[in-house]
Amino acid sequence: MIYLDLLIGFLKVGLFAFGGAYGAIPLIRDVVLAYGWLNDEMLTYMIAVSESTPGPIMVNLATYVGSSQAGFPGALIATAAVVLPSFIIILLIMVLLKKLLKNPYVQAILRGMKPCIIGIILATGLYMILHNCVDSSIQFSLNTTAIIMTVVLSAVYFGSGKILKKGISPIGLIGISAVAGIIIYGW
Amino acid sequence: MTILDLFLTFAKIGLFTFGGGYAMIALIEDICVEKKQWITPDEMMNVTVIAESTPGPIAINCATYVGYKKKGLSGAAVATIGMVLPSFCIIFLISMFLDNFLDITWIAHAFMGIKVAVGILILDAGIKMIRKMQKKPLPRTIMLCAFAAMLLIDLFALNISSITLMLIAALVSLSVFLVKQRGGKEAVGK
Repeated sequence: MIYLDLLIGFLKVGLFAFGGAYGAIPLIRDVVLAYGWLNDEMLTYMIAVSESTPGPIMVNLATYVGSSQAGFPGALIATAAVVLPSFIIILLIMVLLKKLLKNPYVQAILRGMKPCIIGIILATGLYMILHNCVDSSIQFSLNTTAIIMTVVLSAVYFGSGKILKKGISPIGLIGISAVAGIIIYGW
Repeated sequence: MTILDLFLTFAKIGLFTFGGGYAMIALIEDICVEKKQWITPDEMMNVTVIAESTPGPIAINCATYVGYKKKGLSGAAVATIGMVLPSFCIIFLISMFLDNFLDITWIAHAFMGIKVAVGILILDAGIKMIRKMQKKPLPRTIMLCAFAAMLLIDLFALNISSITLMLIAALVSLSVFLVKQRGGKEAVGK
């Protein structure tokens, strides 16, 4: 039955997808191909759509696959299934957290993981900016438009906090950048 | 703070989360830590670590955490549903009515702009975290090593997960702690 398959398939994705959506794509690919829901080409298209719409990529993919396979109930089941494992795991951790956080060994582990995630986040941000600024269609050629946009938007975002009392919010920056994209690249 | 506030706030975050979980950290920092002060910066750091080391989308983990902390189980459910609902509606409509979503030029162009913003936001989230980091040699070393390793992994598309880096960092920190602890005990024994 398709509903049960969607439930089990996306529970699996939600339960074993560590380290964000990009790390989860091979897993999603395995599940989706194994059930014969999509072929490789359709999956690539859906990943691209999930990336260019708001929301967590994994959740978007689940909604998309569910709805294309079994309409609205399918979308609902697949989305709930992908969210449920992390929801329950976080609840369990929070119930245990107060005691756990006082444990000196847990504290030592967290002391190591915190700077590690900072390094990972900084590297991801930097890589994303570099990736945008290099034209992927031609090898090692710089994308001047993207570089100018990056510099201007960074100046606006970081500068506004210095000049105005309340700088531009992250949501504001996303809005500005979307408009800038349409103005620069055309309607 | 009402449960409706919780729902609307996370719906707003869900609507503006592009490009995966790390960009959303900047949004949650801005709204839940700085503006609404629902959680402290240190808690935000803990959530990030927990979210990264548990399965599932980081955005969902964060929403569940903040929701539970503010309003218990119903808060967790409401925040998580709020986070998912905007994208659920958008994707459902696209899958029903738009076969050629990616061919719509203005959306594609808007997204080219948003991609630039996402990179800046992720970098900003990282910089803010560095400012709050303990200024000691060990965390600094771990941070720099993780940064270098992750950049190499990204640049050369190596098949190493960020979870591996997190585990290594946890082991290093735990070993240092155990060695120090043993050293401390010996000193006391003498």
